[in-house]
Amino acid sequence: MSLTVYPFVRDWLRVAQGRLVLRTGKVDIGQRISTALMRIAAEELSLPIDRIDVAPVRTGDSPDEGITSGSNSIQQTGQAQRLACATARGAALLRAAEGFGVDVAALDLAEGLVRHRGSNKQISVLDLLSELADDLKVDPEAPSRALNTALGDAPPRGLRAMVEGTFAYLHDLERPGMLHARIVRPPVLDAVLIDIDPDPLHRAQAAGLQIIRDGSFLAVAGTPEWAVVRGAEKLSAACNWDIGTGLETGDVFEVMAERDAERLTVVNGFPETSLRLPEPIETPDFEATFKRPYTLHGALAPSAALAEFKAGQLEILTHSQGIYPLRDSIADSLAMAPEDVVVEHAPGSGCYGHNAADDVAFETALIARALPDRPVLLKYTRADEHAREPVGPAMAVSVRASLDDEGEVAALWMEARGDTFRGRPRAGPNRAGAARLAANRARDADIPRFVPEPNMNRHAGLHRNLDPIYAFADKRLVKALVPDLPLRSSALRCLGATANILALESMMDSLAGRAGADPISYRQRHLEDRRAAAVLDRLQDMLKRPPFLGEGAGRGIAYAQYKNAMTRVGVAVDLTVQECGAVRLDHVRLAADAGRVVDADGLRAQLEGGVLQGASWALHEEVHWGPSGRETLDWDSYPVLRFDEVPKITIEVIGGGDAPSVGAGEASPPPTVAAIANGIFAATGLRLYRLPLNADAIMTAALQE
Amino acid sequence: MLKLRINGQLRAVTSAPDTPLAYVLRDEFKLKGTKIGCGLEQCGACTVLADDEAVQSCATPAAVFEGRAITTIEGLSQTPEGKRVQQAFVAQRAAQCGYCTAGLVVAVTSLLRTQGAFDRATAQTALRGHLCRCGSHPRVLAAAEAAQKGDG
Repeated sequence: MSLTVYPFVRDWLRVAQGRLVLRTGKVDIGQRISTALMRIAAEELSLPIDRIDVAPVRTGDSPDEGITSGSNSIQQTGQAQRLACATARGAALLRAAEGFGVDVAALDLAEGLVRHRGSNKQISVLDLLSELADDLKVDPEAPSRALNTALGDAPPRGLRAMVEGTFAYLHDLERPGMLHARIVRPPVLDAVLIDIDPDPLHRAQAAGLQIIRDGSFLAVAGTPEWAVVRGAEKLSAACNWDIGTGLETGDVFEVMAERDAERLTVVNGFPETSLRLPEPIETPDFEATFKRPYTLHGALAPSAALAEFKAGQLEILTHSQGIYPLRDSIADSLAMAPEDVVVEHAPGSGCYGHNAADDVAFETALIARALPDRPVLLKYTRADEHAREPVGPAMAVSVRASLDDEGEVAALWMEARGDTFRGRPRAGPNRAGAARLAANRARDADIPRFVPEPNMNRHAGLHRNLDPIYAFADKRLVKALVPDLPLRSSALRCLGATANILALESMMDSLAGRAGADPISYRQRHLEDRRAAAVLDRLQDMLKRPPFLGEGAGRGIAYAQYKNAMTRVGVAVDLTVQECGAVRLDHVRLAADAGRVVDADGLRAQLEGGVLQGASWALHEEVHWGPSGRETLDWDSYPVLRFDEVPKITIEVIGGGDAPSVGAGEASPPPTVAAIANGIFAATGLRLYRLPLNADAIMTAALQE
Repeated sequence: MLKLRINGQLRAVTSAPDTPLAYVLRDEFKLKGTKIGCGLEQCGACTVLADDEAVQSCATPAAVFEGRAITTIEGLSQTPEGKRVQQAFVAQRAAQCGYCTAGLVVAVTSLLRTQGAFDRATAQTALRGHLCRCGSHPRVLAAAEAAQKGDG
């Protein structure tokens, strides 16, 4: 945990110029973690929220908290911050008591002031905090203050600036002497640049553009921005690439089914190397394979970075989720000392996992190193982002279940199969950090090719939520990693949970129907967790009105607890399958339990946003490619959910009391995807096994009936 | 020389003639509130007002807008309707990462100016060209409704 490496209060908070400055290694990517941290500090220290700042997240300065991912921030940095603030409060009150010569019990702390009851003595808590000893250690048992509900109205950090257009994204930054840059994208990552037609090359140079080349990595830099955009386009048309054998085509699910996989038994959420693989169930009562295709992160802003190389030092601004791992990977790639590479976070658009942010940061560093003493702002184009970002891997989840006499699940065999979710540049054997940066595949650099290894952490990668939350007596779970499938893949919001929950909850839905049971009570029969039962009870209450039973209408239910340890979510989707086969979402109802709530509106925003991103994955998203690269290079060829498809959404959060706060950023998409599949089944009797559940898929399934 | 009326001021444009409006606004006039999300006019992040019409600006050459009154998010912040819409967005917490937000504020303001009263379905159709990947849509629609009722 963060506190073992950063044990001191001053690692987490300091006072500067009359303001409290919070320090964190987690970055704000639109999920409002900085707002949550400010609220925690405000609560624990009774400070007005407008007296609190969050320090820039920067290597060499901020705590190293790895990657901002996995819905872990509120538990990791949030819990560390809460304890640091609570420790600081205790120490500050003691100091005030000493100074006043009174008992601590006679002091009140409110609105940033410590007051002595019975006299007019008072002192600002910030003054007290500024005098805390440097070696004051965070007390892991420091008691937390009761919730201060008066914080409810503080708007999220940056919101006002966002609506006024003044919020500075990385893309908007300007530096004196700054050059704009674009890459000249190869058709596939491993393409070799054979030659460049000299005339366009010379014309570009004559027009004042800088051409940067390192092996097959090629980029253009200059000003103004539009000249660089056009210059890169013209240079691209002048390049002659060798794509070798190109990308492997054909049905990726057939390819992964036939290919050798590294298979591991999963027990209690952990892959186990020492255990024999479980026997599949010979004569299952239910058997199916559910498929999710390659999916983009599809950030609204193509990735960008700003870098400058000066006096042997690289300074990089990035919207990466992991500043320290990225710094180490870039330093390794360029044979520089890590201290000579400074990486600082700056806001980009929402990323939803490992997109092109890290690749762009490194590519900007390559350009900046070639053009010393000039700040360089590199932006991907939309096509660059769609073509190059590491995608969420295609995944196939096979289930076989056998039932007891009551129609309940007696045994379940389940295998989650696919390529890695672990494409983030992060130090490891065989220069794994450097090997995972896209440009290193094009450069003249002797970096071995990255070979993924199974993620052995609890509920990670392909096996996230593979282990059912249900109390099945006999669970036989297998994780099957198939490396080297056609597209480079990495972490996408929810990782394997999306496909695993789709499989599990589709199965539960079918089995409830077979048992003639209500889908909610059928699930509850298999649940031992009382908070899960309570979430489903609440969902049941929200469904007092029966579904609209018009032509093509149906209601789908699903339940999941993210990683079997975080936010519990029950979802009901009322939808209509229209005559053309397209699904119209009518009303999504969601009940959730996230433990102690830090930022009630932020929590709802995450759940609501997750519903819509899940709906977009479920109904629309799929990457297509051919031998010479990806073919879905814009928003027409890669459709996503639009405003006119947005359903009514009702969310109820049930009180978690003092149960620890748990992450919610990835809790709602997987059950939403499953509930949509189940709603389509309710509406049409068609059980669909492969995302996306678009009009084509539904019409095809209907014709096969 | 090309002259454009931007946020009420007539301004001489020195960018190359094929430069799309969004690049002129951002790069030449440093009006960075207009975002570029795709360069293809497919996502709506670059939406500005041309007179009262919401238009995308990241692929259409600036010269096409000669003679029209361009209003960016910065200009809208100075108008009563713009402020009303912005206040409604804040009240509804209608942004996550915020990259699509300025374009949406512009589009909702246009709706307010051109439609007067409108219902949720009208707003949904009008905003169809705007993508949001974080899922702020319900709050944006609520903000549009609130701004229209004048109770932002």
